[in-house]
Amino acid sequence: MGTGTSIGRVRGLGSAKEGAHGWLHHRMTAGSNFLLMTWFMISIARLPAYDFVTVRSWLSSGWVALPMVLLILSVFSHFRMGLQTVIEDYQHDESRIVMLVLRNVWAYGLGAIAIFSILKVAFTGAAV
Amino acid sequence: MALRNSARPISPHLQVYKWGPHMLVSILHRVTGVGMSTVGATVLVWWLAAIAGGEGAYATFRHVFVEWAGGALGYVIGIGLTLTFFQHMASGIRHLVMDTGAGFELKRNKMAALATMIVSVTLTVLFWLYLGFK
Repeated sequence: MGTGTSIGRVRGLGSAKEGAHGWLHHRMTAGSNFLLMTWFMISIARLPAYDFVTVRSWLSSGWVALPMVLLILSVFSHFRMGLQTVIEDYQHDESRIVMLVLRNVWAYGLGAIAIFSILKVAFTGAAV
Repeated sequence: MALRNSARPISPHLQVYKWGPHMLVSILHRVTGVGMSTVGATVLVWWLAAIAGGEGAYATFRHVFVEWAGGALGYVIGIGLTLTFFQHMASGIRHLVMDTGAGFELKRNKMAALATMIVSVTLTVLFWLYLGFK
């Protein structure tokens, strides 16, 4: 594969050279999602009840709060990349940029609320 | 990213192919992914924020998903999201296998696509039966 013409190089034509990284990260987070979501589904199903006191004391444990934070990081970065794929497939004009920015606001904004909530419960304990 | 000239012919897409399980599972993977990253993320973060917010915030969450209309919204979204999750998980594993270059033979590909749907429905039923009989 050649390096193209000199004017092509100046204009930055060709691949972005970041595709493999994004592709691999999507697969890596798929693997960590599988492990963390398997834990989450089993842990949720095995809770004795779903009232406030039970759920709060569950989440306040470090054995739950830590994997929950990891789950949010893994799942949210996975769906952020997934939404990028979908947006790039269907949005062809300027709306693509708008959608990609909104997707960042959505993923980072919700992710921040989630992690803050988990840490708040973990650091303040089961009692309110 | 140029605007598409609508007078130009476009390549054949969904409307000209005969639907098979592999096509259905492929589009389901996308639909379930978008569903979980919008509805699923909203419910999960609302739930976490309600636990952090205190008893009142948690009561509001419970009212919407457990008490309102006999918990209808909770069942629709809860069962919907578990089925969505298990389908995305099963077809995701299928995609990881196909990433290695395996499973592209016509018959095996079709069987694996069907298997993802059988797995997702089975796991959803087992999950809710477990919750129900617990």
